[in-house]
Amino acid sequence: MNKVTTLKRSQQQNAHIGCQVNREPVQVSVAPGKTLLEMLREDLQLTGTKHGCELGECGACAVLVDGEPILSCLYLALEAEGCSIDTVEGMALDGRLHPLQEAFADLGGAQCGYCTPAILLTCKALLDKQPDPDRDQIREALSGNLCRCTGYQQIFESVEEAILRLDHSEQGTDLKSVPGSGG
Amino acid sequence: MMRLPRFHYYRPRDIREAALVLAGEENAMVIAGGTDLLPNMKRRQQTPRTLVALRHLDELKRVTNGSGLVIGAGVTLTDLVQDRGIKSAYRGLWQAAAQVATPHLRNMGTLGGNICLDTRCNYYDQNHEWRKAIDFCMKKDGAICWVSTGSKTCLATSSTDTAPALVSLGAEVELETAHGQRTIPLHELYRDDGIHYLTRSNEEILTRIILPDGAGTRSVYWKLRRRGSFDFPVLSVAAAIRFGAGGAVDEARIVLGAVASQPVLCDSASEFLNDRSLTDEVIEEAAALCARAAKPVKNTDFSPHWRKRAVARLAAYALQELRGDDMRATREKIARQAL
Repeated sequence: MNKVTTLKRSQQQNAHIGCQVNREPVQVSVAPGKTLLEMLREDLQLTGTKHGCELGECGACAVLVDGEPILSCLYLALEAEGCSIDTVEGMALDGRLHPLQEAFADLGGAQCGYCTPAILLTCKALLDKQPDPDRDQIREALSGNLCRCTGYQQIFESVEEAILRLDHSEQGTDLKSVPGSGG
Repeated sequence: MMRLPRFHYYRPRDIREAALVLAGEENAMVIAGGTDLLPNMKRRQQTPRTLVALRHLDELKRVTNGSGLVIGAGVTLTDLVQDRGIKSAYRGLWQAAAQVATPHLRNMGTLGGNICLDTRCNYYDQNHEWRKAIDFCMKKDGAICWVSTGSKTCLATSSTDTAPALVSLGAEVELETAHGQRTIPLHELYRDDGIHYLTRSNEEILTRIILPDGAGTRSVYWKLRRRGSFDFPVLSVAAAIRFGAGGAVDEARIVLGAVASQPVLCDSASEFLNDRSLTDEVIEEAAALCARAAKPVKNTDFSPHWRKRAVARLAAYALQELRGDDMRATREKIARQAL
């Protein structure tokens, strides 16, 4: 038993962890029982990440950890030590929305908006890996995100529009000149 | 809002240290992906005082080739699905892993975690207040089984997708303690008791899954659930067959999931198939034998009567696919994804 006592690393008390959130290094003091969702919303005031079922049944709390979509409600904050976390707040760059965000706004991809941050991040992870997914691949990637407004059709269309705009922007076309943009 | 209860958290350096902590602490559990344990802790179904973290241990994340395949218990389901070798040589396992929950949960959940998945039940997978309102059940805090009030044992359902597939493939698992290790056939890890559904002791850590050489064996996995994602199985059929030179069955193993507290080996159907060719008649006969082995009870989605009838259909689909039939349209209808 003595040997075990000396092995104790982390107790019920708070532990300091360091990680990157939206490309910026942060230091947070968290209790072992705190989830990444609670850390983001309560300690870092990043309330863009939504709090849904808390049990892994809705996908509203999805964020990216080291580029992979995971559910922050089922991820211990302590285990984010050393990780790079992306939330919806970090998607816009230099005051400009990410093409996914623009397309969702223009094509009605968001209704009540509660599932939207998680869907945007899940799609971003998909497009970062695979720039030109087909409808089935988008459906599969989003199969863990419930939309209670049931606006899936507009969501798929928005993602496909964003793919077109990303493709054009890579070819040097001004995003604003793409037909269908601007609402 | 459901908060996690208080617990001690350990981050061991290696498996040996994890095993030492597990043996030395009262009411300690391991946590890998956390996708099964953390919801259960939020609902106070499982209330460990100490969690021993395994997520960061690289030694549990290796996939190595030998005479067969050795998969670390910490390999995520996403990694497993993306492994082309597994997809071609152990198709049934791949199809099972690809149908677990959702992409997000597969990014987190591990193969070891899915094998040790807590058994599930309509009267158990509820929050504390709900369970308190019915005076709890025997699996946690209560005395009675609400599925069948006369039952002496808990009837919660084995809901793992990967275990039936792995059992059909003849997998073994390695369990490690601070003092040593043992390797057992995977089906011996389970028992038909919703509470004590694993023969693993609290001090043992599931470290590796060992598959025999997959050459010459074809395998498939069929899963039934209400939705095309998220849901646990309400019924599943895993089948693996090695065909002989003449096209007849050399060896068959059919395993049912979600119809008992453990994966159910359909020995009578498997033996019936030996030395027979998979004609329509043979498939129907074997499927009927599978249905006889299933005893679903009212503890999950859909009625038990319908689930029992569905066993024969799903088993027949599995055998038709193993025979080489093009089952893509049926797959699409049932699984709503290409597999």
